[in-house]
Amino acid sequence: MSEKNIKNLEEIFEARIARDEKIEPKDWMPEKYRQTHIRQISQHAHSEIIGMLPEGNWITRAPSLRRKAALLAKVQDEAGHGLYLYSACETLGISRDELYEQLHSGKAKYSSIFNYPTITWADMGAIGWLVDGAAIINQVPLCNTSFGPYARAMVRVCKEESFHQRQGFEIMLTLCRGSEEQKAMAQDALNRWWWPSLMMLGPTDAESVHTEQSMKWKLKRKSNDELRQQFIDQTVPQADLLGITVPDPDLKWNEETGHYDFGEIDWDEFWQVVKGHGPCNKERMNARVNAWNNGEWVRDAAMAYAEKNANKKVAKAS
Amino acid sequence: MKNQNLYNYILTIADNSLILAQRLGELCGHGPNLETDIALTNISLDLLGQTRSYYQYAAKISGEDKTEDDIAFLRIEREYKNCLLVEQPNTHFGYVIGRQFLFDVYHFMLMEKLQNSKDETLTAIAKKSIKEVSYHKRFSSDWIKRLGDGTEESNVKMQEAIDDLWRYTDELFLMTEAEKIMVKEGIGIDVSSFKEKYYEEVAEVLKDATLNVPENKYFTKGGKEGVHTEHMGYILADLQYMQRTYPNMTW
Repeated sequence: MSEKNIKNLEEIFEARIARDEKIEPKDWMPEKYRQTHIRQISQHAHSEIIGMLPEGNWITRAPSLRRKAALLAKVQDEAGHGLYLYSACETLGISRDELYEQLHSGKAKYSSIFNYPTITWADMGAIGWLVDGAAIINQVPLCNTSFGPYARAMVRVCKEESFHQRQGFEIMLTLCRGSEEQKAMAQDALNRWWWPSLMMLGPTDAESVHTEQSMKWKLKRKSNDELRQQFIDQTVPQADLLGITVPDPDLKWNEETGHYDFGEIDWDEFWQVVKGHGPCNKERMNARVNAWNNGEWVRDAAMAYAEKNANKKVAKAS
Repeated sequence: MKNQNLYNYILTIADNSLILAQRLGELCGHGPNLETDIALTNISLDLLGQTRSYYQYAAKISGEDKTEDDIAFLRIEREYKNCLLVEQPNTHFGYVIGRQFLFDVYHFMLMEKLQNSKDETLTAIAKKSIKEVSYHKRFSSDWIKRLGDGTEESNVKMQEAIDDLWRYTDELFLMTEAEKIMVKEGIGIDVSSFKEKYYEEVAEVLKDATLNVPENKYFTKGGKEGVHTEHMGYILADLQYMQRTYPNMTW
């Protein structure tokens, strides 16, 4: 294809996005669009799968049968999200095995928040309330993103995430209405999850490398700093309702801006975790790699069995 | 307790579901692929749902001020009446499938009969459960065949699991005192009545899967009387951790 032709296609493509048309897998797309989407969708899928681990850690120890069932169902939802996000990603011409390979080799990233440990039951509440809360703020705009399979997957993901968020808040509320020990447990969880949740919304706009192009493709509609402000404005009143304190001495309502002012985020910690040196990076990756390696003989057997049966059917038919 | 025998009988059935659900819960996020991870979590959720129905009923008839959680979390090990099979560890995926299969075939036959119990609540639970259990049995039987008749390696591993778990199957058909009394009252099921049918069905699937039916005639029992394997204490340590550390709280 000549350069002129490609330029033409690109113009048509950009015009379609500007008109809010969906791009579908079989449509022509610039290579950079394809690659950016593989990167973002797979990163999102990996986050769901790694995200199963910190909460999975409490399934056997959940404090009541009702909580155990709800937690199991929640972690299962995350597996489901991973499944359809990987499928959306596969429509771009990459296999799930290749995507796993990228995760296991460290080439692909996942959300850093899941590298923090879940050390008390209240962490199940805090993750639902704060982490899923921040995820929703990140993800709701993606329901209208330009790539069709991703946008459709996000509609379903967002519905379930919003349920998880309410469930998390309800765990916190129960703790905060409970004994002194329970309330202390809730406060401790907020102390530990607050800052990492703010970091989840990504580096400050000045540091963010992908923003401009992503805005154009509707992979992003608001900047990281705007999303963070939205999260804080929305969450602080909820903490007040719970009767626990956000661990930021500089947090203050600003009448003039109509937003909360907040303290300095420790970006050194953020980058340390992103680069693989957070409290649980190694454990999370080991768990995934072990599950994959230990499952190899099972997957091989399933393939071999399917092939044998397909051959039997062919033999019968002929 | 006025209904002590019925109460014990319910636990004999319900504790199997609880402990197997707990074992499957350990695996969530660690399966060989996403599809099996989701399927095993489904089974775990079904079993937990059944457990809750049974315990809510048991709490009601106990005549004491008990809840489903008291029954699930606040007994000592000797008071759990699950069979030894369901408490066996997730040694590898072959054991997970082997344990599931050997239990599912039994569980299905039990639910089939329990649908005709004189006790209306048990009948209702059985009618709801049998749909779930029928899916569990299909899932585990299919995997027995895939692993048995898959690769050489998977055949060896599946056989190893079946051989090891075989000795816990006989216990499924032993009758405790509570069971015998409940059978007399038309409420309980004589599990020994479908023992032969059980081994026939199991043998058929194993044969299909190119696996050998173990010839071992030495069996281990005790779970139904509360004498468990060494694994049980660790299962309960996890299960009861929160309720024991923070007693009398609402979660």
